[in-house]
Amino acid sequence: MAIEEPIETKETVVEATEKYKVSIENVNGWYGTKRAIKDINLKVKEKTVTSFIGPSGCGKTTLIRCLNRMHEMTPGARAEGRVIVDGIDIYDKSIDPVIIRRRIGMVFQKPNPFPTMSIFENVASGLRLNGVNNKTIIREIVEESLKNAALWDEVKNQLEQPGMSLSGGQQQRLCIARALAMQPEVLLMDEPTSSLDPFGSSKIEELVRVLKDSVTIIIVTHNMQQAGRVSDFTAFMYLGDLIEYGSTNQIFMKPEKELTERYISGKFG
Amino acid sequence: MNSNNNYRDIVQETVTKKYKKRLFVNKLVTIFTVVCVIAAIVPLCSILFEVIKNGISAISFEFLTQPQGSIGSGSGGIAPAIQGTIIVVGLASLIAAPIGILTGIYLSEFAKEGGAFPYLVRFFNDVLTGLPSIVIGIVGYVLIVLALGSFSVLAGSLSLSIIMIPIVVRVTEETLKIVPHSLREAGYSLGLSKAKVTLRIVVPAAKNGILTGIVIAISRIAGETAPLIMTILGTSLFFSGITGPVDALPLRIWRLASQPYESAHAFGWGSALILILMILALSLGLRYFVQKRSPFKGMA
Amino acid sequence: MVRNKKHDKLFTGLVVGTAAYTLLMVGLVAFSVTKGSLDIFMEEGIQFITGSDWNAVEGRESFGAYPYIIGTLLSSAIALAIGLPISLAIAVFISEIAPPRIGTPLSFITELLAAVPSIIYGLWALFVFRFWVRDIIEKPLYDAFHGYLPFFAKTPFGLDIFTAGIVLAIMIIPIISSICREVMRVVPDSQREAAYSLGATRWETVRTAVFPYVKSGLVGASMLGLGRAIGETILVTMIIGNVIGPNAIPTSFFSQGQTLSSLVANEFNEASSDLHLSALIALGAILFILTMGVNIVARLLVKKKIKVSSGAKAQ
Repeated sequence: MAIEEPIETKETVVEATEKYKVSIENVNGWYGTKRAIKDINLKVKEKTVTSFIGPSGCGKTTLIRCLNRMHEMTPGARAEGRVIVDGIDIYDKSIDPVIIRRRIGMVFQKPNPFPTMSIFENVASGLRLNGVNNKTIIREIVEESLKNAALWDEVKNQLEQPGMSLSGGQQQRLCIARALAMQPEVLLMDEPTSSLDPFGSSKIEELVRVLKDSVTIIIVTHNMQQAGRVSDFTAFMYLGDLIEYGSTNQIFMKPEKELTERYISGKFG
Repeated sequence: MNSNNNYRDIVQETVTKKYKKRLFVNKLVTIFTVVCVIAAIVPLCSILFEVIKNGISAISFEFLTQPQGSIGSGSGGIAPAIQGTIIVVGLASLIAAPIGILTGIYLSEFAKEGGAFPYLVRFFNDVLTGLPSIVIGIVGYVLIVLALGSFSVLAGSLSLSIIMIPIVVRVTEETLKIVPHSLREAGYSLGLSKAKVTLRIVVPAAKNGILTGIVIAISRIAGETAPLIMTILGTSLFFSGITGPVDALPLRIWRLASQPYESAHAFGWGSALILILMILALSLGLRYFVQKRSPFKGMA
Repeated sequence: MVRNKKHDKLFTGLVVGTAAYTLLMVGLVAFSVTKGSLDIFMEEGIQFITGSDWNAVEGRESFGAYPYIIGTLLSSAIALAIGLPISLAIAVFISEIAPPRIGTPLSFITELLAAVPSIIYGLWALFVFRFWVRDIIEKPLYDAFHGYLPFFAKTPFGLDIFTAGIVLAIMIIPIISSICREVMRVVPDSQREAAYSLGATRWETVRTAVFPYVKSGLVGASMLGLGRAIGETILVTMIIGNVIGPNAIPTSFFSQGQTLSSLVANEFNEASSDLHLSALIALGAILFILTMGVNIVARLLVKKKIKVSSGAKAQ
């Protein structure tokens, strides 16, 4: 399978000279004997937002979970191929997934803050788990992460409150802050707004546009308009195959494949 | 975002430094859990092994059919205890099963969601399961032995039934709750009364689960000793009437183990083996019975 | 139709009445122990609980439950101290570490431990296990520490509070671990995934995402196990050494002892007077109150945890 390259347009000429942060090479993923994603090849540019779109069951969630080796945690699931992040293949036999996940953070569909922890402790949880115990550093990182997640102003006076006392949208930003506290290089977001109301969703989208300056973001979404709004590049998947990948403009205005065109124009969901 | 890079280096540095230790702790914990699992299995194997090894040599036809001979002689057997166990446990089951099933029916089919009475019934049912069996023996003693004036099968069976009922209640309620609503609705739509729907449709559908619950409860009380100490006394004679004393296996084992003679100890192990075999036979018999007649065979 | 209504009324009355039996029975239990122990409490009052005599001689009768309260508490504490970590470890292994094809048979095997009647535990402990404990654990501890630590002071020969505590631990492991497993199962996977995605190891995930989520359930499970250990009779009476009176107050792990339940079992059939009998029943009354308290708190804790968790899931 030929490696899909983003089509060169005016907007992407500058980006073409920047490096690829994540290189997905011949990745296949199975649930038991059923192959959910087939021979995916994709290169993600640094400090951009890339979205994976496609109808239910197309494999976009499977693919994103392969990027931080969470896919294989499902009983009976496995993945093959190479995923190269900053020159390191995370599927290499010598790499322990535990180490990888510091550099590749994840935000889930439903916000999942730790219910027994306060807001502060939630954001600090990753740091503490990984052995950081300098109180000053933790406090500084927590504050910065909450600011980067656009939540600081709302919670700065109630850091000791339980994480669950926040609204759904705030909880999701809390989870983003928690992930950001680990200073990841890549942030994976699996349908982060699908359980939020429109106001909460738009705040997250705003956030994504700002965050991309410091973190490479890959976002799975079933909402095409959202992909159009936030992402620089878009990958369209269908039934486990990567059908087309290019700049968001190109995918939405001038899709090359007929399947892409039909999905974009809403001919199937 | 310059500070970002600094933090990134700090975090990465800590992660790399502490990684080995964290991995080691993880491994240690895994090993500890495996050790604990083994620590639980070893006694089980030892118990089964010892019971079989020591018990089998005591078993003989005489052992199973004769009452005990003179103490220390090693002659005779434990027949009265076997008989007594069957009678006392059997009677207890006859008392406990209907009461337990009916209460379970109430909780599952008739109780109002969130009502105070059902809540209390469930709550105190749970409390009853946690009562020490010696306390239940005291109840049997005060209420029946003192009233009747003698140790008796009746007192023993009633005490055992107190232990048995909460178990049957819980299993019955849980099993009935699993019966699909469509079955009940079918009954009602045919114009059947609630009593008929419950007794003719729902309970038969849950038959196997309820039976299993009863067998579990019987297995539990068959091994109970403490309540029997103060209710049936434990003689070495055969059954002589429901208001008279009787022997039972757990009690006999205890008495035999307390005697200083090797032969008595051997009898004790033999009795233990018989007890386990009886409980096993009951459970296996149930298994067989249930497998043959599953009411949901072929249902989606 | 009219016949239906009568049927229903009758049947409803039947089931409600039977259900009320449960409440009646708890009342009867309370009544029985109270009635039986009235005599001794009227005779001795609070002295019964604080005294240590145990003298059944006619005319000079004096009974005190204090040593046996200590015995019960100490043996149960040992049982919990040993049994809880092991139960937790087994629960974690079966529900978080082992794949289902190992986990399922293992949980079945631990259930088998629960099915063994306590008289058989007692038999095994008396004739087999206590020698293991004496030789593998007690003798070395005695040799090493009896000079300095008072609680390893007495010469061990296997029939003592320590052995009783260990066998009680084995007995309560199935109870605690099966409830722990049940509450841990309720923790949603999204919690575990959150921890893993932050780079946690498996143990760290259990420690951070699972345990805090079900903390009160775990406490409830331990208390249920504790309640069982407190109430156990026949096993204890066979291996605890059976002493009475002030001697029964344990001074070392290797002391012989006596619990509330074991003394009742021992002396009931040979009680020499009505007052003696009343004293024994009073021991049962104390036991009743103790276990009621522990079990009620335990049930409330476990129910709360499972209810909250399934409510939370529904969001």
